Amino acid sequence: MKRFIGFIKKEFYHIFRDRRSLFILFGMPIAQILLFGFAITNEINNVDIAILDHSKDATTEEIINKISASKYFSVNQFIEKESDIETIFKKGKVKAVLNFEKDFSKNLIKDHNATLQIITDATDPNTANTISNFVNAILTQYQKELNKDITIEYQIVPRTRMVYNPELKSVYMFVPGVMTIILMLVSAMMTSISITREKELGTMEILLVSPLKPLQVIIGKVFPYIFLSIINALVIIVLSIFIFKMPVQGSLVLLGLESILFIISALALGILISTISATQQTAMMISLMGLMLPVILLSGFIFPISSMPIPLQVISNIIPAKWFIIIIKGIMLKGVGLQYVWKETLILFGMTVFFIGLSVKKYKIRLE
Amino acid sequence: MKIILYIIQKEFKQIFRNKGMLPIIFVLPLLQLIILSNAATFEVKNIKFGYIDSDHTSTSRALIEKFNASTYFEVSTDFPSEQLASAAMLKGEVDVLLEIPNYFERDLQKEKHNNLGITINAIDGAAAGVENVYVTQIVQRFNKNLKVDLFQVSDKQIQPINIETVPLFWYNETLNYKTFMVPGILVLLVTMITLFLSGMNIVREKEIGTLEQINVTPIRKSQFIIGKLFPFWVIGMGILTVGLIIARVIFNVPIVGSLPLMYLYTSIYILVILGIGLFISNFTDTQQQAMFIAWFFTVIFILMSGLFTPIESMPEWAQILTEFNPIKYFVEVMRMVMLKGSGFMDILPQLSKTILYAFIMNGLAIWSYKKTN
Repeated sequence: MKRFIGFIKKEFYHIFRDRRSLFILFGMPIAQILLFGFAITNEINNVDIAILDHSKDATTEEIINKISASKYFSVNQFIEKESDIETIFKKGKVKAVLNFEKDFSKNLIKDHNATLQIITDATDPNTANTISNFVNAILTQYQKELNKDITIEYQIVPRTRMVYNPELKSVYMFVPGVMTIILMLVSAMMTSISITREKELGTMEILLVSPLKPLQVIIGKVFPYIFLSIINALVIIVLSIFIFKMPVQGSLVLLGLESILFIISALALGILISTISATQQTAMMISLMGLMLPVILLSGFIFPISSMPIPLQVISNIIPAKWFIIIIKGIMLKGVGLQYVWKETLILFGMTVFFIGLSVKKYKIRLE
Repeated sequence: MKIILYIIQKEFKQIFRNKGMLPIIFVLPLLQLIILSNAATFEVKNIKFGYIDSDHTSTSRALIEKFNASTYFEVSTDFPSEQLASAAMLKGEVDVLLEIPNYFERDLQKEKHNNLGITINAIDGAAAGVENVYVTQIVQRFNKNLKVDLFQVSDKQIQPINIETVPLFWYNETLNYKTFMVPGILVLLVTMITLFLSGMNIVREKEIGTLEQINVTPIRKSQFIIGKLFPFWVIGMGILTVGLIIARVIFNVPIVGSLPLMYLYTSIYILVILGIGLFISNFTDTQQQAMFIAWFFTVIFILMSGLFTPIESMPEWAQILTEFNPIKYFVEVMRMVMLKGSGFMDILPQLSKTILYAFIMNGLAIWSYKKTN
């Protein structure tokens, strides 16, 4: 036991001696969460649109005013002919063109029907679709005003209640995700080189001839990083509560414990990478190239998992970040207790045990 | 010139000698392109739907039937009580919940107007908004037939004024996310590979101690740096090429614009990234530090590139910051040229900024590389 404590001490010395890494380790997550918490949103605001008005009458003017008054759109320019649409789309700034047909008002009065084309640059399908929905919503509102003298009978009106996030803030979606990505990558990256570094610098031999057992070496390596990552997690949680006003409906203690579990699983994954790679470079590349995109894309951080093709939904189950995101959203936003997230917790726990077990098995006690 | 060639040869040998790295450089990115491009979709479908029917009449059943028939909603769950339904919502088993109150049909007949309770899990605000649109559409369609079908009242109302909207989705009529995402993810992979490799390269020689050996040779700074960077430039261009083939063949992404233009832009873009990598390499002592910094910038570059979330939605100060993000320009150019067929003049602003960026970064990298301690 004394030997083991000595080993942990050595690891702490290694970490604290490298001031620059320490600074990076604590400075970066803070900078990132602040930046992303404010900047990343998939709400659509101030989209530049252009108008192609073939009738230029009172009604079209009123509609254009309504559209430019909304916070979603800013009318960027007026164009005169169809062929201009292509030109402005190619420049890339304007995302949609509203094309009013000829004699818009006249048709509306005569036939009670007029047509408006919403031409969108659908290279970004999400923005295109949202623009089209928003224009529709504004027009529906306008029609209601026009039709207010006619009462429509037999109407069912849906009363929608948005629970857990009534103002539809995208911060609620992104802060847990950013938190997860930062913890996952920082933890995995830190430990991923811990064993290969000793191999590459040649100090591994000394560890191998010492009486420490593989499990002791691995736990000793993880231990100091648990300590550092917990500080990191605390800082992130404090920032998200005080700066981004994330609610914590559930228990703060449970949130803390779950974060520790997730950190340990990410650290263990890092150790595993480190035992299977020969050089620091390989270990780094695996933990960066191999983890970065899958964690961003398959964890449900930005894209909803339920909309993905089935094979990918299955693959997403092996991403620890997915389970952690479910857990923190549950605790912070829904206010659930352990009885609702025990399954996810158990999965994370199982993964951690698996990573550590495999690392011990892969840890070579002989030199090549 | 001969010296540069030797250095290049040495670098290539080192790359190909490291068998553990080869699959990471050449296979992993392409595998990710193939698999992950399918994940990146904002489409909202397979919505987990549930309902509480306290009315049990033909109207309530007909309404539920409409929801079940919609392709957006997954097979629904019938909850006998509100408690069970909200428990399921907490567990995440249901995202949209429909509540039909007691005497729903009777009140509708009597008062010709009735409310319907909808509860939506709004943690993902954007998805919740879309789900709400779907629900409203279904109810509206149901309303239209309500009178005639269910209550057999003849329809002799004054026709209301109607503005018909025709949405036209240019360049991507089916709103296929893959055409949007594949070029973007390819950009990320090219960037990550070249940045990480170049960022670790010189610092690795420092850490192992072989940099001193090179420093005492008559190799000049610029020769050394060109020799170091050229192999990664080749790798980056290679990944772009294979990635484009994958995009065309597997994902059927249209390549409308000019290929030479794309290659011209990419060749300059990779220089920017290599410059950044070298600069990081010069300022760090260990590979770990270099990678932390490279990681820090990559995450920022990726998430603020407009690839996953639109730049226009960001606050003003963040939009200004994105001007310094090389990935933003690359994503824009790839999408413009590949999908819209934009020409040289259209991408000139991005191109000239990238060229300027390349000069600045590589200038800084060469300036900060010191042969003596």
